[in-house]
Amino acid sequence: MNNSPYSLKPASVRSVMLRVLLALLPGIAVYVWFFGAAILVQIALASITALIAEAAMLKLRGKPVAMFLGDGSALVTAWLIALTFPPIAPWWVTVVGVLAAIVIAKHLYGGLGQNPFNPAMVAFALMIVAYPQLMSQWPAVGFTDFAPQLNAIFGPRQLDAITMATPLDALRTALHTADARATVAGVLGSNATFGNIGGKGWEWIAAAYCLGGAYLLQQRIITWHLPAAFLGALLLVSGGFSLVDAERFAAPSFHIFTGGAMLAAFFIVTDPVSGATTPKGKLIFAAGAALLTWIIRSFGAYPDGIAFAVLLMNIAAPLIDIHTQPPVFGHKRQDGDST
Amino acid sequence: MIAKLFRFKGGVKPASHKDESANVPIRVAPLPSKLVIPLRQSARAMARCLVQPGQIVLKGEMIAAAEGPMCTVVHAPTSGTVRSIEPQPVPHPSGLPAPSIVIEPDGEDRWIDRKAFDFRSATSQETRNYLRDCGVVGLGGAGFPSHVKLGPGEKGIETLILNGAECEPWITCDDRLMRERADAILAGASIMRHITGARRVLVGIEDNKPQAIESMRAAVQKLGEPDIDVVAIPTRYPAGGEKQLIRVLTGIEIPYGKLGTHFGVQCFNVGSAAAIHRAIAHGEPLISRVLTLSGNMAHPGNFEVLIGTPVGELLPLAEPRADTNRYLVGGPMMGVVLQSLETPVIKGTNCILAGSPSLFPTPPPEMPCIRCGECAKVCPAELQPFEMYWYSRARIFGKAQEYSLFDCIECGCCSYVCPSRIPLVDYFRFAKGEIWAREKEKAAADLARERYEFRLAREEREKAEKAAKLAAKTAAGREKAAVAIAVAEKPATTPEEDAKKAMIAAALERAKAQKEQAHPENVSDLTPEQQAEIAAIENRRAEIREMAKPHVRQDD
Repeated sequence: MNNSPYSLKPASVRSVMLRVLLALLPGIAVYVWFFGAAILVQIALASITALIAEAAMLKLRGKPVAMFLGDGSALVTAWLIALTFPPIAPWWVTVVGVLAAIVIAKHLYGGLGQNPFNPAMVAFALMIVAYPQLMSQWPAVGFTDFAPQLNAIFGPRQLDAITMATPLDALRTALHTADARATVAGVLGSNATFGNIGGKGWEWIAAAYCLGGAYLLQQRIITWHLPAAFLGALLLVSGGFSLVDAERFAAPSFHIFTGGAMLAAFFIVTDPVSGATTPKGKLIFAAGAALLTWIIRSFGAYPDGIAFAVLLMNIAAPLIDIHTQPPVFGHKRQDGDST
Repeated sequence: MIAKLFRFKGGVKPASHKDESANVPIRVAPLPSKLVIPLRQSARAMARCLVQPGQIVLKGEMIAAAEGPMCTVVHAPTSGTVRSIEPQPVPHPSGLPAPSIVIEPDGEDRWIDRKAFDFRSATSQETRNYLRDCGVVGLGGAGFPSHVKLGPGEKGIETLILNGAECEPWITCDDRLMRERADAILAGASIMRHITGARRVLVGIEDNKPQAIESMRAAVQKLGEPDIDVVAIPTRYPAGGEKQLIRVLTGIEIPYGKLGTHFGVQCFNVGSAAAIHRAIAHGEPLISRVLTLSGNMAHPGNFEVLIGTPVGELLPLAEPRADTNRYLVGGPMMGVVLQSLETPVIKGTNCILAGSPSLFPTPPPEMPCIRCGECAKVCPAELQPFEMYWYSRARIFGKAQEYSLFDCIECGCCSYVCPSRIPLVDYFRFAKGEIWAREKEKAAADLARERYEFRLAREEREKAEKAAKLAAKTAAGREKAAVAIAVAEKPATTPEEDAKKAMIAAALERAKAQKEQAHPENVSDLTPEQQAEIAAIENRRAEIREMAKPHVRQDD
């Protein structure tokens, strides 16, 4: 016999996760349009691996497999891994990444709701450290031929014809290594990778992610705090530095519309389990992730720093929560002496 | 005048289900076969039974007296015979029986003599005592004695609030009461205003009850008193929670542990206002109330029911459907499952809800918390329920308290929205219960320790006192000795002392001389024969003494 309340809102973890997957669909569609169907292969590969790993881990841990497998959380992790990995990465890169996320980052820490780190970002960080080259080979924009892509994933790799550095990678390489006289404007103007504001194709994918994010906001699955703070902080820091030295620092619009910034703003920093949960804490968490992302992008050795930035902020999340507890009803005037 | 409204954070909008029962006028429930009146009507105090089994009582007759300041008088709801005084099931989550008076109605419903109470010429204290003697308690659910709430408190009452929000789904008894008996409610408000001296009266009604709002506004016009406002407030559960309603109407937030009177506000259910009017104007104690029968029933509605009516006898009035599997006392958000159909209606019973597996399905199994924060978004106390859950579950109660566990009003919003279907409120009730139990234990242990420490302290003190006495004695002895020595060693005395001594010595001399002179006088004039005779007698005495001596010695 249960206790009050007796009427419950129809809500479930499954429905939350399924709506997150739904929100990713526009981004995936645009992805396919610009980079070909390889991403769908990666998503399928990641999903199957994730479900098998999840089922095996649940069984080992003595948990009800059917109930937890149906919650959809493993699929969200799998899709995010597929979307952050290069679509033409060898199949085993994706599989190992997903296994690391599900087995180590999720289940060894206690499963759903217990992981201190964002599993998809653990996978990305692990693989880019272990296989930096494989993790940096992206298909060229507009090269959507499926057969060579499939070959790249499963067969012997003939990559030169179809790969191209990502915009962030191209810019970093140009600015840091190639030519001491290179400027942002020069690089952006001379390279086919770059589009109108971000990377060619990437800017449209980013827009589609933004659309999916708007749906999540409308569904009240995420609050405005995280995406607003992430994008706002990224805008502020990149805008400030590009104002001071436009030759060395890319414009804020470029930062937001390239790489995984938009995906991170709406789908990655919004992971509730590993992030901060109080309204003020969310602002600090996302702004911190954005700041670290910009620092790694501008000065670091890796083309995109989102994974490391998010993992670093994951470490800080519990502390942020403790220090940002909102005042309780009726105790607002005394909140100064309560903390 | 349009009052400025405030917002309370959080809250949910469950399906209201008001239409099922709101559109039928209040009907009077027939006399039941028996009435069970718990002696603990006002939740905080037990009344003292005044009747014996077999005694005949009239409707409205006092059957139990108020004991202590939080207690109210209990009355017979109809005329009849007292059958027994024994433990009976009562509407309490524990399901434990409580001492009750069982009355068998005689069917005549004969009243005692009823007299209106002239509150205008009585003092506030007298009126409040009268309300206590009429058994008036809050009808909103908690059953808090109205005479206590109407007391001046610390600051007096500036704003009187009538709670007609009725935010729980399904329940419509206050809605119907406001539609049908608005004049009585406002007359009650006017009396309360007179008692408390409140400057203004605010009536808060959720805007999903337009007829009630209209009816109350019309009654305000008719009454013609200044500063009474009927305010339509946004429909959002739990807008009818006392603290939430006060917040919405006045902007004041009353923290845990404080009362409305600390802030000059006091809040009464509209039904309580009507009951006060009934007691004052008609001399009728609180022996009946309006309650909603709804849920899985064919003919839901509102009924005027005698306090003490067993729920089982009421149900046929609304005809529960065949698949009804349980009944709730109260609404679906905060109600409790009815343990027995014998359970009587008490003063705080506002609704009996029939449940079915489809209406209130068993929740799916609990999943782990994903910290989505939905519970924090809807919490009207602005807590972080998922953090409290975490610590309650891990039995780290101190931490749960740090997250303001006791500010939780158990409204159920968090459980209502949780996608992981965690019965959060159950965890909080559990944690509160554990903390109370521990505090009780701790208090008992503290008391025992205090007693022990007191005993130790007393023994210490007694020891110390003895030692001190002893020390004082020896000190005194030493002092005396010291004085004596000092006196002995003193070589010279003062001249006065010498004179005294000389006088005493002289007196002694004189007495001695007189004695010596007197003694010879007795035998002075004796002849020589007489003297010889005396001497012979003396000799014989001496001989006899000598003879007696060895004999005495042998005896020894």
